Amino acid sequence: MSYHLNHLKELEAESIFVLREVAAQFENPVLMFSGGKDSILMTHLAMKAFYPAKIPFPLLHIDTGHNFPETIEYRDAMVEKIGARLIVGSVQEAIDKGLVVEEKGYNASRNYLQTTALLEALENGKYDAALGGARRDEEKARAKERFFSHRDEFGQWDPKNQRPELWNIFNGKKQFGEHFRVFPISNWTELDVWQYLALEEVELPSLYFAHKRKVFLRDGIYMADSPFIMKKPEEKVEEMMVRCRTIGDVTCTGVWPSEAASIEDIIIEVSTARKTERGGRADDKRSETAMEDRKKQGYF
Amino acid sequence: MDFQNNELLRFTTAGSVDDGKSTLIGRLLYDSKSIFEDQYEAVKNTSEKRGEEGVNLALLTDGLKAEREQGITIDVAYRYFSTPKRKFIIADTPGHIQYTRNMVTGASTANVALILIDARNGIVEQTRRHAFIASLLQIPHLIICINKMDLVDYAQEVYDKIKDEFAAFSYKLDVKDVHFIPMSALNGDNVVEPSKNMTWYQGGTLLYALENVHIGSDHNFIDCRFPVQYVIRPYTDEFHDYRGYAGRVAGGVFKKGDKVMLLPTGFTSTIAKIDTFEGEVAEAHAPMSVTLLLEDDYDLSRGDMIVRENNQPDVTQDIEVMVCWFSDRPLQMRGKYAIQHTTQDVRCIVKDIRYKLDINTLHRNEEDKVIKMNDIARIQIRTTKPLFVDAYRRNRNTGSLIFIDEGTNETVGAGMII
Ligand SMILES: Nc1nc2c(ncn2[C@@H]2O[C@H](COP(=O)(O)OP(=O)(O)O)[C@@H](O)[C@H]2O)c(=O)[nH]1
Ligand SMILES: [Mg+2]
Repeated sequence: MSYHLNHLKELEAESIFVLREVAAQFENPVLMFSGGKDSILMTHLAMKAFYPAKIPFPLLHIDTGHNFPETIEYRDAMVEKIGARLIVGSVQEAIDKGLVVEEKGYNASRNYLQTTALLEALENGKYDAALGGARRDEEKARAKERFFSHRDEFGQWDPKNQRPELWNIFNGKKQFGEHFRVFPISNWTELDVWQYLALEEVELPSLYFAHKRKVFLRDGIYMADSPFIMKKPEEKVEEMMVRCRTIGDVTCTGVWPSEAASIEDIIIEVSTARKTERGGRADDKRSETAMEDRKKQGYF
Repeated sequence: MDFQNNELLRFTTAGSVDDGKSTLIGRLLYDSKSIFEDQYEAVKNTSEKRGEEGVNLALLTDGLKAEREQGITIDVAYRYFSTPKRKFIIADTPGHIQYTRNMVTGASTANVALILIDARNGIVEQTRRHAFIASLLQIPHLIICINKMDLVDYAQEVYDKIKDEFAAFSYKLDVKDVHFIPMSALNGDNVVEPSKNMTWYQGGTLLYALENVHIGSDHNFIDCRFPVQYVIRPYTDEFHDYRGYAGRVAGGVFKKGDKVMLLPTGFTSTIAKIDTFEGEVAEAHAPMSVTLLLEDDYDLSRGDMIVRENNQPDVTQDIEVMVCWFSDRPLQMRGKYAIQHTTQDVRCIVKDIRYKLDINTLHRNEEDKVIKMNDIARIQIRTTKPLFVDAYRRNRNTGSLIFIDEGTNETVGAGMII
């Protein structure tokens, strides 16, 4: 007698368990949908977790106003298809209200301003749990993150004071005003995500596949040419076949020269890749502890 | 696609400070080609900046700012790598005495524990502690990594002596499957590549052991336990009367048509359907997440349990527990705590502290009953509602619970039901 699950099925079972735990333990959860493959995976798993009912919480998208247009198209089509409720938090609004000040110069990005817009949206919606698609293999500060990550009234993360997480028991108890970030796909790696999306034949934004695009080289990384990025005089635009390995704001998402036209091609590319996917993210490069510092302030 | 046959193995590492845990994990990741160029470059730069010779692979795993400054690991970190056979999740836990709670945390989900020993020091107090925790948490497999063999001239006598010494104290513990591997994490001997310096050892490398240890029977497939986690009621025309009990199988194998018993009511029913997004499945076993539908219209809710009539857990409010305490506020005799057990949420009162365990000597101390952070004790609790429990030895899912401080909501203890 042998009963066993392959690694993807086991990861799926774990994530579904966590998603159901959130629906059971919290009054007002929300799923943070960025448009990237990880949040697409999380949404797909949520759909499975509650089938045949609809996902019992809304999706929240923080719109930096500097998105790839493909992201918005994909988002709207997906929300329509699965019958989810979408809430949009806007960085532009936060700027207009004077909550944050737009960065200037060559490296200007609205990525950092997202934190304020996010915390505002969470507060306005009185959400007590925000589901995120972060994975522990992404970055070293994430490696210590819990599935259920407690945040204080200011939305801050205190890495030294995390609740130990034992077995499959998740403690979501909190004081009034506090909330949780929950990461159901913590244990997935980039390769797991692609393998699973391929097996499940999940539809993905076209940005993930090789396409012709105008790009320019900055600090060894190709960036998409966009009206939102100020180019230096020596930065020359060229057209080439590229794809995104992660999707964030246009201003901080690098693109990779690639010919990968299908998910199967991507799996081969990822399993032989020599750089991490975040290697293309300008936001992580600002300093060695950039991610940890942002997380403490309440970043995703 | 080949990857569909990969299994998932979770392991944890334990050892005293400086035994080489971080180096070993770095070595495993590096030699199994799981390290990316940009990660390697970052570590190389830091090593150079600090004036270290060679590339310090330990830096690959030392994550937080405070850790890198102090050069120590302060919290459980999770790492991932995979080979064509298996995907591995490493719970990297620090070795300081004050962090027993981290090892317990890492051990709670592990199939395998790696216990590191510095070949020069042999078995030390920490080794006994770690082996004991591994047995207390019922980690099915232990791999004793006798590290830094390069510093003892790769001598077989050193290896044999440590192995004998370990066997001499571990017979008292509840560990079934133990392997010993002599290695040098620094130089890579017997980690991924077989050692050229220890031809006297023929037992296979660490990676070989991790890839081949039999984990197929680590779950309980005998005692059917299904804690109801969430009730799915779509309220749509298509699924008007649908009432699905969503949850993760905590033990045994459930099949369509099985006669089942519902706890706490004791009513019986039959499984009408095992549902998933992909459609109906014929059977479900641990650790699958599925949705059960019953023939009869009983109104189960979260915290209830579906079991077999001829194989029931204990339904009880009086529970004996081994507890590992995590809080700097000692466990209070007659204290009240919140408890989470499977999908149940109850309160309890501590009725008795039977003894505190000296985890170095395994001596049961019935005089000193002050249970502080990192202490392990046997206690008796009474809960506000019956729990549906099995002995932890029999089932890690239905035999485990956590204690929560009702004032701070912190998780303050891990309990294993006796
Ligand atoms: N000679 C030798 N040194 C080692 C070996 N493994 C680790 N070390 C060294 O031991 C020290 C502590 O290692 P580290 O991995 O940080 O230990 P940890 O505290 O258990 O994580 C470092 O200086 C390592 O280079 C080994 O196999 N041989
Ligand atoms: Mg270390």
